[in-house]
Amino acid sequence: MSSPEQWTHPEPDAAPAATAAKPTAEQVIAGLRATDEGGADLVQLLTPEGERVTHPDFDIDITAEELRGLYRDMVLIRRVDREANALQRKGQLGIWVPLLGQEAAQIGAGRAMRETDMAFPSYREHGIAWTRGINPTELLGIFRGTDQGTWDPVEKRFHPYTIVIGNQVLNAAGYAMGQKFDGKVGDDEGEATMCFFGDGATSQGDVHEGFVWAAVYDAPLVFFCQNNQWAISEPTERQSRLPLYQRARGYGFPGIRVDGNDVLATLAVTKWALDECRHGNGPILIEAFTYRMDAHTTSDDPTRYRLSDELEMWKLKDPIERVKVYLVRQQWADHEFFESVEADADKLGEELREFCTNMPDPPAERIFSNVYAEGNPNLEAQRDEFLGYVSGFAGGEH
Amino acid sequence: MPQYKQFPLPDTAEGLTEAEILTWHVKPGDTVTVNQIIVEIETAKAAVELPCPWAGVVTELLAEPGQTVEVGVPIITIDTDPGGAAAPVAPAPVAAEANGTSSGKIGEEMPGGRIATLVGYGPKSGAAKRRARKDAPAVAKAAVAAITPAAVVAPPAPAPVAAPAPAPVQAPGGYVPLAKPPVRKLAKDLGVDLYALTGSGPDGVITREDVESAGSAPAAAPVQSFVDNGSRERRVPIKGVRKATAQAMVDSAFTAPHVTEFLTVDVTPMMELRAKLKNAREFHGVKLTPLAFCAKAVILAARRTPDVNATWDAAANEIVYKDYVHLGIAAATPRGLVVPKVRDADRMSLKELAVALDELATVARDGKTSPADMMNGTITITNVGVFGVDTGTPILNPGESAILALGAIRDMPWVVDGEIKIRKICQLALSFDHRVVDGQQGSQFLADVGALLAEPGIAMTY
Repeated sequence: MSSPEQWTHPEPDAAPAATAAKPTAEQVIAGLRATDEGGADLVQLLTPEGERVTHPDFDIDITAEELRGLYRDMVLIRRVDREANALQRKGQLGIWVPLLGQEAAQIGAGRAMRETDMAFPSYREHGIAWTRGINPTELLGIFRGTDQGTWDPVEKRFHPYTIVIGNQVLNAAGYAMGQKFDGKVGDDEGEATMCFFGDGATSQGDVHEGFVWAAVYDAPLVFFCQNNQWAISEPTERQSRLPLYQRARGYGFPGIRVDGNDVLATLAVTKWALDECRHGNGPILIEAFTYRMDAHTTSDDPTRYRLSDELEMWKLKDPIERVKVYLVRQQWADHEFFESVEADADKLGEELREFCTNMPDPPAERIFSNVYAEGNPNLEAQRDEFLGYVSGFAGGEH
Repeated sequence: MPQYKQFPLPDTAEGLTEAEILTWHVKPGDTVTVNQIIVEIETAKAAVELPCPWAGVVTELLAEPGQTVEVGVPIITIDTDPGGAAAPVAPAPVAAEANGTSSGKIGEEMPGGRIATLVGYGPKSGAAKRRARKDAPAVAKAAVAAITPAAVVAPPAPAPVAAPAPAPVQAPGGYVPLAKPPVRKLAKDLGVDLYALTGSGPDGVITREDVESAGSAPAAAPVQSFVDNGSRERRVPIKGVRKATAQAMVDSAFTAPHVTEFLTVDVTPMMELRAKLKNAREFHGVKLTPLAFCAKAVILAARRTPDVNATWDAAANEIVYKDYVHLGIAAATPRGLVVPKVRDADRMSLKELAVALDELATVARDGKTSPADMMNGTITITNVGVFGVDTGTPILNPGESAILALGAIRDMPWVVDGEIKIRKICQLALSFDHRVVDGQQGSQFLADVGALLAEPGIAMTY
């Protein structure tokens, strides 16, 4: 999309050196500006004010029903997120990774996928999981420490959550290469893979390797980077000398920056990118420009490293509000609809609470199951020894 | 009928053990809804808001702002069925039955009234975590049971109850011997302490050969001189008596302005009297120590200067004068410093005092001093003399206004009637709370004690 002439060279001193302990006041302001504006290349179809705008390269035909569906998805997944966050605060989850603010990026990308497409998430992809038909209750065990995720990755076409930063990019690159080798790429019936990671992951070697392999094998892989501006406490401008989407150029595939708080633009761009991939024109990098409205995880305190000004600015760009405004303005939804979505959200929240507080402890042999597809005598011996040891305790297994 | 539920403080950030209550957003009587923010807490990592797990009416707040609460300890009681039809359920008493093998299921109540927060996180109930093996001897089980209540003790804990002797533990996060897992296993199997080895591998890594040679070498030949400091340090968790002592001393030193005065006394007449009494029939079998005389002197002198036996009550803005003396005796024990009291010491004769002090010391050294025995003292004597020490500046026992240090009694040259003679000399040091006791009263008291020890006959004049 962007040619080298369009590259925006960083101005001298615009960003703090990665080694600098503290940014200067000017650098903080520059950083604020950089995160506030997505830049000229930002693809947007619905403004924060709920105005439908056009883009020369991307557009989307959306019906009232489809948009209501996207709205409902976002409201429900936000409720799931808030409920799980509260469950952590009540001592029911060990940790939670909030997605607050990233609903449009995830619902837009997730709804762009076909059932045959494969997805590789990191650990914040609750919205993607939702679009893959995974019940949010299935996410809770991971964060309660009772299981590793209970869905069938083959059936749901959704890989287990990956906690190691960037590691899933290698998995996805390999999988997409396999799709290519298997001849599942080449026409509109083709398959594609989507890989999800954050801005922080782009500093990982795994991501670089994934880019290289996917590029040279023309793998049908959409790299979907949710740039939420903060890699825990590290701002993007301390990790890159140019906008992340422009990195794709160096690997030899297109990179696009989309307004990650605009569900329509994200849906349009991702659909296009997946179609390119299934026709054999992959890979493609999408940088969804968004913002993490809550902490990195429930163990994090963002007030220690970022200014509340920034948060206030991003509140005005809420991904859900703009859709609501547009739905009302178009008279595509009435009061009754919004109330019914709220009621659904309340019900979902209650289900989550109910499920979480009644979740049984997994049996002790669980840690040995599903390690190998066809068993392993060594592991079985270990399992038997461990179960024997556990049963030696008074009160037995618990 | 009301149904009470208690919300235990959760671990909000992977492995925290405690948090401070910052602000309550609700008060007793308030109606609350699910997920309503009820309290703000501050952990080692962040200030976080806690949502309410149930809808209902707040019955009681169990922790105050500023209070540090252990994870798992209930902080609020909520009536989830106010005016409902269900049968009443009493709130869980905090010190419930001590035994049990509850596994600590989430939300399930465990021994001690704690409600399990999360499997794998936060502190565990001792009983659930340290299950005794079926074939373990009964003694081990008893020990485990004894540990349990201490682990779940509520925040405003009184003095610790029979804390077990702290086991030495290896430095957490400190020096860790470098060795690969199979080598560690080998060392464990051979009973070789990796901390005692110096690695011969690159960067000091302990190799299989190192362990094997150490395992076959005679036991008493560790290469001590090259051992890192870490292996010669011993880390003992601060708890029990040590923790209580530290807390009491810090509280005292930073709240009561201390003044210390010193007096050197010729106690030869007291020692002579002691020698006489020892032979008296009445004192047969009684351990008559200088401390007993000192105790008597303190009690007598306090009669003339009641300020030293008074308490500064900051909350009530009053000074509390006491018409009784509960005399604290600082005692060194294997568990640390304890200060048991002789109750109503002012009503005792010298003989009764001597007997009481002897009993007190025996009980304390056996580690059997009960917390009740250490409460509500009015004045304290610390007998540093038994360690051969001349004097020191004692720190007040919290809540008391004076403490007297009795130094060692030594044969020293002393001027008597213009001539140097060898006499029994002893130093006294008195620390007092200057809010309660002025320099004049303090000096008067110390001089009186000194005079009584220097000439026991003075007591006749009291």
